[in-house]
Amino acid sequence: MNGKSIYTSVIMAGFGGQGLMFIGKLLAYSAMKRGLHVTWIPSYGPEMRGGTANCTVVVSSEPIGSPVIQKPESLIVMNNPSLEAFEPRLKAGGLLFLNADLVTRPATRTDINVIALPANDEAVRVGEHRAANMVVFGAYVARGGILSRDDVAAGLSGLFGEKAASKLEVNMKAFDAGVKYAQAAPARA
Amino acid sequence: MNTEAQEMERIFERPRALRSATTHYCPGCGHGITHRLVAEVIDELGIRETIVGVAPVGCSVLMYNYFDIDMFEASHGRAPAIATGFKRARPDLPVFTYQGDGDLAAIGIAETIHAAARGEKFTTIFINNATYGMTGGQMAPTTLVGQKTATSPTGRNCETAGYPIKVCEMLATLDAPSYIARVSVSSAKHVLKAKQAISKAFQLQLKGFPYTFVEVLSPCPTDWHMTPQEAVEWLEENMFPQYPLGEVKAPKEGV
Amino acid sequence: MEKLFMTGNEAIAEAAVRAGCRYYFGYPITPQNEIPEYMVKRLPEVGGVFLQAESEIASIFMVYGAAGSGARVMTSSASPGISLKQEGISYIAAAELPCVIVNMMRGGPGLGGIQPSQSDYFQATKGGGHGDYHLFVLAPATVQEAADLCLEAFDIADRYRNPVMILGDGVLGQMMEPVSFQDRRPAADLPEKTWALTGTKGRAANVVKTLNLDPSVLEKHNLKLQEKYKRMAKEEVRVECYQVDDAEIVIAAYGTVARIAKTAIQALREKGIKAGLVRPITLYPFPYKTFADIAPKVRKILTVEMSLGQMVEDVRLAVGDKTEVCFFGRCGGIVPGYEEIVVEVEKLTAKVAR
Repeated sequence: MNGKSIYTSVIMAGFGGQGLMFIGKLLAYSAMKRGLHVTWIPSYGPEMRGGTANCTVVVSSEPIGSPVIQKPESLIVMNNPSLEAFEPRLKAGGLLFLNADLVTRPATRTDINVIALPANDEAVRVGEHRAANMVVFGAYVARGGILSRDDVAAGLSGLFGEKAASKLEVNMKAFDAGVKYAQAAPARA
Repeated sequence: MNTEAQEMERIFERPRALRSATTHYCPGCGHGITHRLVAEVIDELGIRETIVGVAPVGCSVLMYNYFDIDMFEASHGRAPAIATGFKRARPDLPVFTYQGDGDLAAIGIAETIHAAARGEKFTTIFINNATYGMTGGQMAPTTLVGQKTATSPTGRNCETAGYPIKVCEMLATLDAPSYIARVSVSSAKHVLKAKQAISKAFQLQLKGFPYTFVEVLSPCPTDWHMTPQEAVEWLEENMFPQYPLGEVKAPKEGV
Repeated sequence: MEKLFMTGNEAIAEAAVRAGCRYYFGYPITPQNEIPEYMVKRLPEVGGVFLQAESEIASIFMVYGAAGSGARVMTSSASPGISLKQEGISYIAAAELPCVIVNMMRGGPGLGGIQPSQSDYFQATKGGGHGDYHLFVLAPATVQEAADLCLEAFDIADRYRNPVMILGDGVLGQMMEPVSFQDRRPAADLPEKTWALTGTKGRAANVVKTLNLDPSVLEKHNLKLQEKYKRMAKEEVRVECYQVDDAEIVIAAYGTVARIAKTAIQALREKGIKAGLVRPITLYPFPYKTFADIAPKVRKILTVEMSLGQMVEDVRLAVGDKTEVCFFGRCGGIVPGYEEIVVEVEKLTAKVAR
């Protein structure tokens, strides 16, 4: 760390099972390993059973006050109901990451930056159809500027544990695809 | 000096597990007899210094004043939960609950069934006198159809108050309990059999067998509004047909 | 020290095990299920016992039974389940059995909801069940603090022979944060548990009981309990004061709301409004003196809760007429945003300016 003050907040939302809770944990865990303060809060209850699920992550160089965020700086959205629910809450000038394969309508706000990417297609292309979450996460990390690729790889192996080392490679491939997409695609303002 | 007394052999004395205390039980009540049977068994098995009892809420709530052993006093119906918590923490010590029919079969039926279903390794002594004794003779879950009590003044009406619960038979449907028996303290013959059952239950527990249960049919002359003699006669005549005596469940091997 | 990444629920469970808790009895209810789910795996590793009871009532009496043996024991639940446990909690307080009870509060009354709330403050701090008794109530605001306070809770319970409640909410229970665990042994000066039931060998029989039919004996027992509560108030009050030295307005909040209030205070100070926070860490005993001391120095105190006004009564009791005590609350499972607190404080300071 270079002593620069860091603070960011993100809400990640989609269907239960799309791995949004996981990439939220991955962000928080990887940042924790970097020595940062982190909080991760899931939505909980019946909505976890196949409905919409979301989590809120805060990463900061200072101790974190509120872990509950009304207006996040970034938003990751993996389905239509989540766009409906959370687009109005994104901070003005914030980053909206959309899985364009599943979100069928465009964002309506004009005061935000939208990065739309075909995360499912990319996931299939790298050989793991369940890794769409990692594609979107790659795009988020590329634009977020807090974690490096190495941070994410270390975080992933920490969360997976040794027995799942084989999953590491394909997940990082998906991550890289997302990074590439974010770097190539111009943000629509 | 009384030389005659010196020469006499002592053949009867208060069990060590009982204190020298005057109980608050009514004349003809079955609690005194059952207390003595439990205390004799504790003495005979040599477990007075290790056993822990759980007293209920009901007539026998003060039984820790009569027993000279470590005891809990439970809240109404929760004795099996307390015995479970204690036995799980101290599986090396013998544990028993002593409960009446309101405590065990009404408010505490859930705790009873689940302790039995889990096969908790303690013994329950269940006093069935077909009434709530301490509160003044109200209807219990075990009150017989037609039996008059303070809250069934014209006799228990099964249309409105349902039927008595046969606790032994109900518990015997469960897989875990190892020993379930019903006895009576209505006559000398039955008292001897009651002691055998109580002893067997404790011995099985000491050998590690799961959940052991002895139901004791017990007279309540005061709340039945009878003399002690009338009460034991009424018990045998009316309760025996409804609550048949004997072992409902017992291990094939064991004692 | 190694940082682990855990939910508040898991951190409390791990801390309990490290504090020597070997027995856990509970019944599932959201949002605290991670505690039993952690305990069922963890306790057997240390020779302990996890048991899922048939009800909250049974589980609290299993706690009564295990605590009566002298063991360290815990149960956990959430609001409706804690209501069910009140019978046993009253008995445990009366019998002076040490134990730890966790309440991860959710919205009420009735079945209410499953989202975070702080509407069980009265129940936790004023008794909850029948009779004149109090729990010792700890209110952590972070996962680390939840772990630290849980480690201490067992010592406090043993020291005062009193049930200790850890009062959190759905946010604290579900939230993951970094946490590290101190290795902590029970304090050396804790009283010996000579009252425990262990069999009578070598001593007179012990009885764990709560019935005292003689009114003079029962009154005496109650007075003894009150002496204990006074001793707790003298020895154990914990409170955090955050930026109160120069504060014109002080926010009073505990647990999750207190940390949200910290963010609000930062935002307010950026706007030039000198705000501070008094955060009770022990809700019982309550830090009356801290509030009484601060009151004359500030223009207003704003109590913020996830309820419609419970702790505010204690704040008012502490402050009297020394300053104005205002209230802002959200309830039903709604967690206030820091922006809402900023707006409330701005309204109050605007009135001050006029």
